[in-house]
Amino acid sequence: MSEFLAMGGYAWYVWGSYGVTFLLLLIEVVLLRNRSRQSETKT
Amino acid sequence: MKWFWYASPQTFYPVAGHIARWCAAAAALLAAAGLYVGFFVAPTDAQQGEAYRIIFIHVPAAWMSMFLYVVMALWAALGLALNTRLSGMMASALAPTGALFTFIALWTGSLWGRPTWGTYWVWDARLTSELVLLFLYLGFMALQAAIDDPRRADRAGAVLAIVGVVNIPIIHYSVVWWNTLHQGASVSVTRAPTMAATMLTGMLLMALAFWMYSIAVSLVRVRCIIRERGSS
Repeated sequence: MSEFLAMGGYAWYVWGSYGVTFLLLLIEVVLLRNRSRQSETKT
Repeated sequence: MKWFWYASPQTFYPVAGHIARWCAAAAALLAAAGLYVGFFVAPTDAQQGEAYRIIFIHVPAAWMSMFLYVVMALWAALGLALNTRLSGMMASALAPTGALFTFIALWTGSLWGRPTWGTYWVWDARLTSELVLLFLYLGFMALQAAIDDPRRADRAGAVLAIVGVVNIPIIHYSVVWWNTLHQGASVSVTRAPTMAATMLTGMLLMALAFWMYSIAVSLVRVRCIIRERGSS
């Protein structure tokens, strides 16, 4: 497991890429959900 | 005409909801499969070690960033030509997701470049033109946000989006036209890919996942826009 997380010494690069990508997609979904709720209650 | 019937926001609204739900589910499944292949099936690269696994998101994100821009510009052009309301809404709905994938492509490329090239950033043609793409998306969104009347905002944004399309072939051919640090295409329609089959599978699965994600998110966003414009 720790060997997998180490990514052969490239942990920061690999997990930095995947982590930020996942985080950004998550933020977009959450923001969109909020916007969706807001416009639903208005109409 | 059936097509124009769907071009009306009111009729498109429920259809978009259905498609968005299915695409969101497909995106989750494809991403799970893609990540599994990318991390557990695809072998370690002989030259780049584990760092190459970044390409499973870098390349699909870069593809999406360009493809979404072309689709956005097409909707914008359609809106200008036919003056259909939905077209402008679709263009606006695509821009944030396009900008997001452009940023992801730049970010992951940077983190891949550091161990592989020895630098996070160089001003070579591919990287610079992709950065210009990010500014085009942000410029489009800023321009639309600055204009109160949505129809006028659509038209102004459309002109910017259409002019910006010249950047897309520049990004695509940058590695051919200029001597860039960025490598040439590893996957092409006309010749066999220059990578292992399992690596290619992982990349294509992630590409499909990003496609489905983009469709789902854009359709949910266009539904928001339809509601917001309808109520005001």
